[in-house]
Amino acid sequence: MMDKTIVELHEELKNNKVTSQELVDESIKKSHEVQEKCNAFVTILDDAKGTDVTDDMLSGIPFGIKDNYSTKGILSTGSSNTLKDYVPFFTATAIENLTSHGCVPVNKTAMDEFGMGGTGTTGHTGVQKNPWDLTRMCAGSSSGSAAAVAAGVYPFATGSDTGDSIRKPAAFCGIVGYKPTYGMISRYGLFPFASSLDTCGVLARSVEDAAIVVDAMKGKDNKDMTSWDSSNINLYKDLSKDVKGKKLFYIKEIVDKNNYKNLPKENEEHLDNFMKTIDKVKELGIEVDEVSINQDLLNAIPSTYVVISCAEATSNMSNLTGFIFGPRGDGESYQAQMKDHRTKGFSSLIKRRFIIGSYVLQAVNQDRYFKNAQRARRLIVDKMKELFTSYDGLILPVGTGPASKLDNHDMVSDDELSVLDEHLQIGNFGGFPSITIPNGFVDGLPVGVNITGNCYDDQNVLNIAYALESSMDYKNQIAKEVK
Amino acid sequence: MSKYYVTIGLEMHCEGSETNSKVFSSGRNEYNDEPNVNVSPVDMAFPGILPVVNKKAVEQSIMMASILHARIPEYMYFERKNYYYPDLPKGFQLTQNPPEECVGNGGYIDIEREDGSTFRVDIDNLHLEEDAAQLTHLYDTSTINYNRAGVPLFELVTTPCLHSADDAVTYLEYIRAIYQYCGISTADSKKGQIRCDVNVSISDDPNTLGTKVEIKNVNSFSGVRDAINYEIQRQSDLKDDGRYDEEVEQETRRWDEASMKTVHMRSKVDAIDYKYFVEPNIPRFKIDEEWVKEIQASIPELPYERKEKYMSELGLSAYDAGIIIKEKPTADYFEECVKLGMDPKTAANWICTQILGYIYQEEIGIDELYLTPSRLNQITEAVKKGEISSKQAKEVFAKTLEEKDEPNNIMEKYGIKQMSDDGALLDIVIKVLDNSESQINQYKDGQTNLFNYFVGQVMKETKGQANPVKLKEMLDQELAKR
Repeated sequence: MMDKTIVELHEELKNNKVTSQELVDESIKKSHEVQEKCNAFVTILDDAKGTDVTDDMLSGIPFGIKDNYSTKGILSTGSSNTLKDYVPFFTATAIENLTSHGCVPVNKTAMDEFGMGGTGTTGHTGVQKNPWDLTRMCAGSSSGSAAAVAAGVYPFATGSDTGDSIRKPAAFCGIVGYKPTYGMISRYGLFPFASSLDTCGVLARSVEDAAIVVDAMKGKDNKDMTSWDSSNINLYKDLSKDVKGKKLFYIKEIVDKNNYKNLPKENEEHLDNFMKTIDKVKELGIEVDEVSINQDLLNAIPSTYVVISCAEATSNMSNLTGFIFGPRGDGESYQAQMKDHRTKGFSSLIKRRFIIGSYVLQAVNQDRYFKNAQRARRLIVDKMKELFTSYDGLILPVGTGPASKLDNHDMVSDDELSVLDEHLQIGNFGGFPSITIPNGFVDGLPVGVNITGNCYDDQNVLNIAYALESSMDYKNQIAKEVK
Repeated sequence: MSKYYVTIGLEMHCEGSETNSKVFSSGRNEYNDEPNVNVSPVDMAFPGILPVVNKKAVEQSIMMASILHARIPEYMYFERKNYYYPDLPKGFQLTQNPPEECVGNGGYIDIEREDGSTFRVDIDNLHLEEDAAQLTHLYDTSTINYNRAGVPLFELVTTPCLHSADDAVTYLEYIRAIYQYCGISTADSKKGQIRCDVNVSISDDPNTLGTKVEIKNVNSFSGVRDAINYEIQRQSDLKDDGRYDEEVEQETRRWDEASMKTVHMRSKVDAIDYKYFVEPNIPRFKIDEEWVKEIQASIPELPYERKEKYMSELGLSAYDAGIIIKEKPTADYFEECVKLGMDPKTAANWICTQILGYIYQEEIGIDELYLTPSRLNQITEAVKKGEISSKQAKEVFAKTLEEKDEPNNIMEKYGIKQMSDDGALLDIVIKVLDNSESQINQYKDGQTNLFNYFVGQVMKETKGQANPVKLKEMLDQELAKR
C-alpha cells in the first residue's frame, strides 16, 4: 500500500479498502526494514495510532518528520549529540498544521547534523544509505526523509532546505522535493541552521502530493515574523497542466558541456539527459531560452553561501551549551562545561563551519567577508529577479549527476563543477520557490531536474513541474536496489 | 572639586515595565518575587524558537526618542550582539546598532538644576533591546532567574557632555521621571529597573578629552554620584602624582558598592568582539510617519510641564515643585491632595518635609504609604478648622502611620484636640495668673520673657490642647488688666 500516492491512499481509505491503522502498521513495519538497510531514522514511533478518515486528503495517512522539527513529547535531536536526549515540550507550527489534517507521524528521519551538510553522513546515528544503491549516499541534509519516501515507507516526509537540503536528496533518490517561497511555511520549531536561508518543505513522490502537503503546512504564524498569509493560494486545487506559452530559461555557463574541460562520463550523461528534458519541456509548448550570466557572479555562489550560512549558524547554535537542555559537559567552571559539551557534541564538519562563521563576523573581517557575501547575494538575487520579469522560471539539472559513492564522499567536488553542484543555493538566496522532480537515470541511478521561479509564484512553478512530470515516466517511482 | 576639566558620559538602561509581554516573546512582563515564573520557550532559547517584536515596546521607544528630539529612522531592524554568558540563553542579545540605525539617533534634552539654572545634555542614541536573565551570586553558587530575560530594555546613551556628578544625577533623575510620566516604566532602582554605565575622563585642557574610563553596572543614582566622584579623585590624584599617562588606560571598571571604589575589570585590548549582524528573523519594518505622529500626540504631560504648572497656577516655590515632580507617584500624590481641596502649599509642605522623609527611611514607595491623600486631608482639615495645632498634626501623622488607623480615629482615641472653647481656656488662664502673682510682678518689671512661662503653665493645665494663638491673645489681654 505504501507505494501509493496520497491521492490513491485517500481513495482506498474512503472506500474502506484499508484502515488508517493498517496503513500506520505497514508504514512502521516498512520503517524497520528501511532502517536496517538505509539507517534512515533516529526514532521509529512503534505505538503510532491511526486516525479517523475524513474528507481531508491527508487524514489517516502516515508520514515522516525530519528530526530538526521540534515535536512535543517525541525525541528531537537534529541528528546531533548535543541534543541526543532532547524531548521538546512544544511542536513546530508546520507539524501542528499538518497533523491537524489528520495525518500520522510514524518516525523522525535522520539528517546531516542540524542540516549542516549535503551528504547524509554527519548525523549522530550514522550514515544514510541510498535505497537505490546502498553503497551510495542520499545527499542531504534531508537524507533520511529522502531515503524513506523513495523506499516507500510512506508517501511523504517533511524536510528543510537551507542550500539544497530538500532538492538534492530528492534528485539522488528519484523523488520530488519542493521548497516553497521563504516564509510560506512557519519556521517556528524548526531547529535553525541559517535563518535567512532556512525553508521548510516536503519530499514526496509526485507533484500533486507535494502540493497537498505544503497546502497543509503553510500559513501565517504569529510566532514567525517572516511568515506571510498565503490563504489565497491553493496549490493542489489550482494545479494545472496548461502551461502552453510559459517561458523558462537555463543558464548556459552551467549546462554547456563545452564549459567543462574534463567532464566525467556520469556528469556528461547527466547534462545530456537534461537537454532531453528540455526537449520535453518544449513539446509542452513552453518556450525555453539559453541565458548567459556572468561567470564571476556564478562562481561567487558557493562561497557566498558558505560565508552567510556559517555566520548565521555559529550565532544560531550559541544556545547549545548543555545547560538548559542537552547533556551537561564536564568541567570546573561553566566555561569549561560549555566547551566540553560543544567539543564532544558537534561533528568536526560543524566545528569547521563555526570557525568560518565566527571568523567572517569578526569586526576586522566582517566587511571583507560577511558584508561582501551579502552584496554578492543581492547581486545574484537582483539578476534572477530581473530574469523573472521575462521568464516564469529557471530550469537546471540538479547536482553533477547521480548520487556519489559513500566511500569517496570526502572528495570535494572539482572547482570546475562546483557551480553545477551548488547552484540550487540561488533559490535560498532569493527565497524563491523551487522544486526538483526526477527526470531519468544515469548509470541506472536516478537524476533530477529543478525548476525555480519568483517569490510567491509557487503555483506557476508547480504547474510547470506538474506538466513536465506527466510527460515523463518517473512519477511515484519506488527505489529498487539496482546494484 | 578637581582642578582638572571633567567630562562625563552616561549610559542609562531602563527596563520597560508597562508592556504585557516581553520585547521579543509572549512571556509575561511583570515584576515577580518568585523566580522563573514568567518564562516562555523563547526566553530560555529552546531550539526552534523565533523572536516576535512587541509593538507596544516599539511605540514606547518612539515616544521616548521624540521627547529626546532624536531622529527616528525610516526603517527599524534589530541586530544580534553575540557573546556567551550564563544570563544570555540564546548566546546573543537582540539590540540596535549602530547609533544611526537606532530608534533614536542624536537629539538633546534641557535639564534644570535645583538652583534654577539649566544645562543641555546631548544624546548619542536611544536603542531598544532585551534584558538578560538575572544572576545572583551566592557564597559558593549562583542562581539564575529568567523572569527578567527578554524584558524590554531602553538604553539611552549621552555624548561625553556632562561635567559634574551633580549634573549627571540631575539628568538621570529627570530621565527617570520621563519614563514614569510616559507610563513606560516604574523605573524603580530597588527592583533593578535602572542600571547605569558611566564614562569619566579628566583633562588639563577643556578642548581635549582625557583617557576614557568606563564604570559598569552602577545600580543607583547615589552610586552614580559616588562612582563619578571617586573616579575623578582617583584620576586627579594620578595626574597630581605625574602617573596619569602611565596608569590611566582606556579600561572598563566596575563600581564596588561595599568598598565604595571602582575596580579594574578589563582593558580595551580585551574588549569583546560582539560580531554584530542583522537579526534575520525580524524583517526590517517601516516606521510610518502617521504612526509616529499618533505616538507623539499621545505624549502625556511631562515633569517640567507639571513643575511649571505647580509654580504658576498653584503658587509652589521652584524648590518644592522641583522635588514633587521628581518621581511621578509623588506628583500624582500631590495632585490628588489638591483635588481633595487641600491648600497646595500645605500639601507640598507635608510632602517635602514629612512624607518623603518617611518613605525614604522606610524604603517604600509613596503609593504604598498608609497615609493616602484622603487620610492626609483629615489631618490638614483638622488643622484648618483649628481643631488641632500644627504640632499636634505631626503627632497624628506619626500615630496614623504607626497604628495604621484613620487619622480621625487617632485624634479621637488619644484626645488630640485643641481647646476651642474660649470660655474654658479663659478660666484656665485666669486661674494660672491668679496663682502667679510674683511672676506677674517680675513680668511687669520688665522680665518679658516670663510670658513664655505663663504659656507653659496654661499648656500644662490643658495638656497641650490650647490653641497657641488664642492663648497668646488671652494672656496679653489678661496681663494688661492686672
